[in-house]
Amino acid sequence: MLKTRMSGNEAVAHAIKQINPDVMPAFPITPSTEIPQFVATMIANGEIDTEFIPVESEHSSMSAAIGSSAAGARTLTATSSCGLAFMWEVLYVAASNRLPIAMAVVNRGLTGPLNINAEHSDSMGARDSGWLQIYAENNQEVYDNFLQAYRIAEHPDVKLPIMICQDGFITSHAVENITLWDDDKMKKFVGEYEPEHYLLKEDEVMAVGPYAASGYCMEAKKAQAEAMKRAKKVILDVAKEFESITGQSYGFFEGYRLEDAEYAIVAIGSVCGTAKDAVDALREKGLRAGLLKIRVFRPFPAEEIAEALKGCRAIAIMDRSEGYNAVGGPLGAEVTAALYRAKSQAEVVNIMYGLSGRDVRVEDLEEVFDNLVKLGDGEKVYNETCPYLGLRE
Amino acid sequence: MRQMTEIRWHGRGGQGAKTAALLLADVAFNIGMHVQGFPEYGPERMGAPITAYDRISSKEIRVHSNIYEPDFVAVVDDTLLHSVDVTKGLKEDGAILINTQLRKEQILPLLNGYKGKVYVIDARKVCMQTLGKYFPNTPMLAAMVKISEVMEKDVFLKEMEGSLQHKFARKPEVLAGNLAALRMAFEEVK
Repeated sequence: MLKTRMSGNEAVAHAIKQINPDVMPAFPITPSTEIPQFVATMIANGEIDTEFIPVESEHSSMSAAIGSSAAGARTLTATSSCGLAFMWEVLYVAASNRLPIAMAVVNRGLTGPLNINAEHSDSMGARDSGWLQIYAENNQEVYDNFLQAYRIAEHPDVKLPIMICQDGFITSHAVENITLWDDDKMKKFVGEYEPEHYLLKEDEVMAVGPYAASGYCMEAKKAQAEAMKRAKKVILDVAKEFESITGQSYGFFEGYRLEDAEYAIVAIGSVCGTAKDAVDALREKGLRAGLLKIRVFRPFPAEEIAEALKGCRAIAIMDRSEGYNAVGGPLGAEVTAALYRAKSQAEVVNIMYGLSGRDVRVEDLEEVFDNLVKLGDGEKVYNETCPYLGLRE
Repeated sequence: MRQMTEIRWHGRGGQGAKTAALLLADVAFNIGMHVQGFPEYGPERMGAPITAYDRISSKEIRVHSNIYEPDFVAVVDDTLLHSVDVTKGLKEDGAILINTQLRKEQILPLLNGYKGKVYVIDARKVCMQTLGKYFPNTPMLAAMVKISEVMEKDVFLKEMEGSLQHKFARKPEVLAGNLAALRMAFEEVK
């Protein structure tokens, strides 16, 4: 165990170093560029023997990853924003062929206006592509999540690709304290990849990605959907084993002072650290404030989220990605649906925040809690379904 | 010392303000603190105004926002005083540090009536006498440690010696100059 300091991108690179995967095709895009740079350096220094494939686009990096993974190699790539969008077509190919590729996503908004900063519109756009998605609050979490990625993705009950997401610049480029785990322990935890079926298996002829007629296609899709459901148990099992080695506890989400909370914020990513400070400040004033920080967005732990929020009078669901559906964002839609199915009576507001890296302060979130109190008392606080936080007037 | 010290760096792209912020986080980490060192990214290019930040705390740091009410501000390039509101939000019980060849009296009218302490350092002079090249972030780092008192001078110099030895393992000839720049900066802050 080593207590040190590094950025979120360095933390992902360190996890990759400890895993030493077989193949990494990649094309650079801010703010994820450092990850393939670090990996290429580690290869040049002889620290890992990953095969690095420089490609001409992200469509090609994901296509090469699909070929590599289908051949039987443990494969990864990294991207952000428009790079992820450019992979869109082949993301579905990776998932439907049940290829356990790991992808480090450094979240950045999609154009436009053209901008390089943190937003979730890139990975949220791929939320229905069949990939698992796990998000991080800080460098420690993205490191720990990446170490758990292959154990989840490659599990025989799952066999699905996985995105390990963190917020562009806010965590990817911020140097913070972190604890790194011992190489031997992590190598043992991650283990070797031994796929059951793969293209280079000598004594087994197989085809990957052939046409399926309507008479069979829907069954394949149902099988894929079932794998996503089974991933829930695997994610928890892997987290438990990781905790037994590191002491770090992970689940579908983290409830922060949520047990007796009357007012809660539901959010994803780096804003959750800021929200914890807001929760503490309001608790000191006697307000029963809490936070539900979503870690696993795919599969979506709908019932568990609704159960954790059942004592709340008013809930703010925070989206860092516009839905452009005239109603709100993706997290707002999914959490609201989860609450409805659980017959929740809580007042709910979906709040748009942090688009294109718009900064969020502790005071901004305290204001959200102040409004939740009014909302809980039946006051009409907001004039629209999905108000924007910190919008310039 | 404050429980949490927050520092904002102003510089121009290419001058090393971000590097100075990360170095300060590094050295504070080495003495057992919780740290955050991060740049605020925009369409950066050489010469454009840039901002970087440090949080240094005895407790875990969870907040992930920029710093609006810093305890200290460092200005790596005095031409920024004409275009950037460098004292914005700066606490009056804090201080501002400016790299300039001007005298303090000439700088004061450019600080929007800031009532806290004002320090100046001629980082160019320090660099030329010790390094022979202009790398303002090295003396600025030492000067910031001095005015912010985030650590003792001797502890800082010892830590820096260790990290510079590591950083310049292949260029040991520059080590002495860098250490001299750090020491001289402590004396040159006015």
